Amino acid sequence: MTAVDTTTAPRPSRRGTAHQKLLAFASLIALVIGFSLASPNFFQVSNIMAILQATSVNGVLAIGATLIIITGGIDLSIGTLMTFCAVMTGVVLTWLGAPLIFGVVAAIGTGALSGLVSGTFVAKMKIPPFIATLGMMLILKGLSLVVTGTRPIYFNDTPGFDLISRGSLIGWVLPGFPVPNGVLILFLVAGFAAWILSRTVLGRYTFALGSNEEAVRLSGVNADAWKMAIYALSGAIVGIGGLLIASRLNSAQPALGLGYELEAIAAVVIGGTSLAGGRGTILGTLIGALIMAVLTNGLRVLSVAPEWQTVVTGGIIIVAVYADQLRRGKT
Amino acid sequence: MFTRRHLIGTATAIALAGLGSGAMAQDEELFIPVISKGFQHQFWQAVNQGAEQAAEEFGVRVTFEGPDNESQVDKQMDMLAAALANNPDAIGFAALDSQAAIPLLRQAQEAGVPVVAFDSGVDSDIPVATAATDNKAAAAMAADKMAELIGGSGQVAVVAHDQTSRTGVDRRDGFVDRMEAEYPDVEIVAVEYGGGDHLRSTEITRALLAAHPDLDGIFGTNEGSAIGVVNGVRESGQEGITIVGYDSGKAQTDAIREGLMAGAITQNPVGIGYETVRAAVAAARGEEVEGDIDTGFYWYDQSNIDDQEIQAVLYD
Repeated sequence: MTAVDTTTAPRPSRRGTAHQKLLAFASLIALVIGFSLASPNFFQVSNIMAILQATSVNGVLAIGATLIIITGGIDLSIGTLMTFCAVMTGVVLTWLGAPLIFGVVAAIGTGALSGLVSGTFVAKMKIPPFIATLGMMLILKGLSLVVTGTRPIYFNDTPGFDLISRGSLIGWVLPGFPVPNGVLILFLVAGFAAWILSRTVLGRYTFALGSNEEAVRLSGVNADAWKMAIYALSGAIVGIGGLLIASRLNSAQPALGLGYELEAIAAVVIGGTSLAGGRGTILGTLIGALIMAVLTNGLRVLSVAPEWQTVVTGGIIIVAVYADQLRRGKT
Repeated sequence: MFTRRHLIGTATAIALAGLGSGAMAQDEELFIPVISKGFQHQFWQAVNQGAEQAAEEFGVRVTFEGPDNESQVDKQMDMLAAALANNPDAIGFAALDSQAAIPLLRQAQEAGVPVVAFDSGVDSDIPVATAATDNKAAAAMAADKMAELIGGSGQVAVVAHDQTSRTGVDRRDGFVDRMEAEYPDVEIVAVEYGGGDHLRSTEITRALLAAHPDLDGIFGTNEGSAIGVVNGVRESGQEGITIVGYDSGKAQTDAIREGLMAGAITQNPVGIGYETVRAAVAAARGEEVEGDIDTGFYWYDQSNIDDQEIQAVLYD
């Protein structure tokens, strides 16, 4: 699944990516307008906040996934890594009774470390990303259960922990605009990841590895080290996702996580990032995650039968990616 | 010719064989594998605890395992097949899908291995006994309580954990049927399924609250669903929603103590595990066993949560 067509196809121009973002954004707006017309209960402040909050965890995970996918890789361990990071936060805060900041460090550190391990499997041991992260997915899932003894860890003894996702700093500054902190964190993470991708050497190599890894190697760059760094960064971002879900549920639920990686990857793909690597944007992923959340929420608000909600969501993923293919075929 | 690959393969095989042999040590005592519908969730851990209690009391060896979630019928079949291959004296089994299990259960019957069904039971005459909660009756009781709490009329919604499993279907139907039959002024406006996942159930609840501004109550059909409902209502900041839950776990009992949740139905998971093993031991020894073992259910709320009878069946 690594860069196959990049030697023949020219790199997409900046204009190309702008179009593609526009397309995803237009779909998002169309969905919002459609649902608003269909139900008066959809476009209400409380429901918009619900949608934004529903985007927060998946959005952060999807941003982590975007980095890996741009390198031409894939990460199936995102969901269970999120859970494992939440569990480690619980260990540090609830079991060891450490101050809040150490919980944050534990989540991000665990994520980065696990990402580094995955990155080592992929870059040094040459295990295909799909397999390496499939293994990590199971290892982390098992470890969460082992560490917790299959019981959830609660955060009742850490005052303020639930405010990480549930409080509203923005609402405190601007009353009447109660954007939950989880959403604020999502946007901060997005801004950070976008900055990494567009303004740093690490970002440049992320794209280069996805477009033509061989060329990167031949130019004398230590491709393995950069790849490991990207996996570690992605893991750290997933760690933030773990922090968010733990805060939202006020507990680390060791059995959760499986399946979250696919939702994240769906958001990335809807956002126009290519699974072949070398192409993608954080803004696109953010829009992709919003489309997923709007769709799930909107279908529920319209009381569409649950079994059909699933069918429609699957269909939308296909349509979104096909539309993107069509547009690229024409240019 | 030995290559490195051969060596690694052989070493792995030896290591695996070593792991396996520990399990075959004693064959004097009765061996009763228990195949449950899950093991990660606290409910199943409580069932496991009851099974272990009985194992200790009767001096038998019990193993306990189950698939990751309630849709993995195939994984459960593998576990059942593996258990049968180990020459058990009896088997405890909670079927995810009764029909799918019939061929293996026949095999057990032919081998003279008594099967004790538990939790949702098995639709077949092969099991010698069934230790279970009457989920329909329990959910009907939840409907009675809900109707009473919202004053006999209004709109309610259900956040269920599964659309196909026996417990998911029974709890939904038990609740919905009772509402329709006894409380014509209560309208069930939605039934959604969150897979028992806390976060998904939270998201569902927020969508339900948006879609139905006049909603009076929500019933969550298992631990994860109920906690998701509490979470969603808390996040939305909406007041006056009556929440009725199912099972226990710390988050749910906390919500009841704080008054966020009106009350919940609890089963007797430790009792289910205990009775399953007790019946299995009796059957393996050729003793008479009672066919239907009703392990019971209770309604608990702020008023009785600390009663001894209730505390005994709640788990954290």
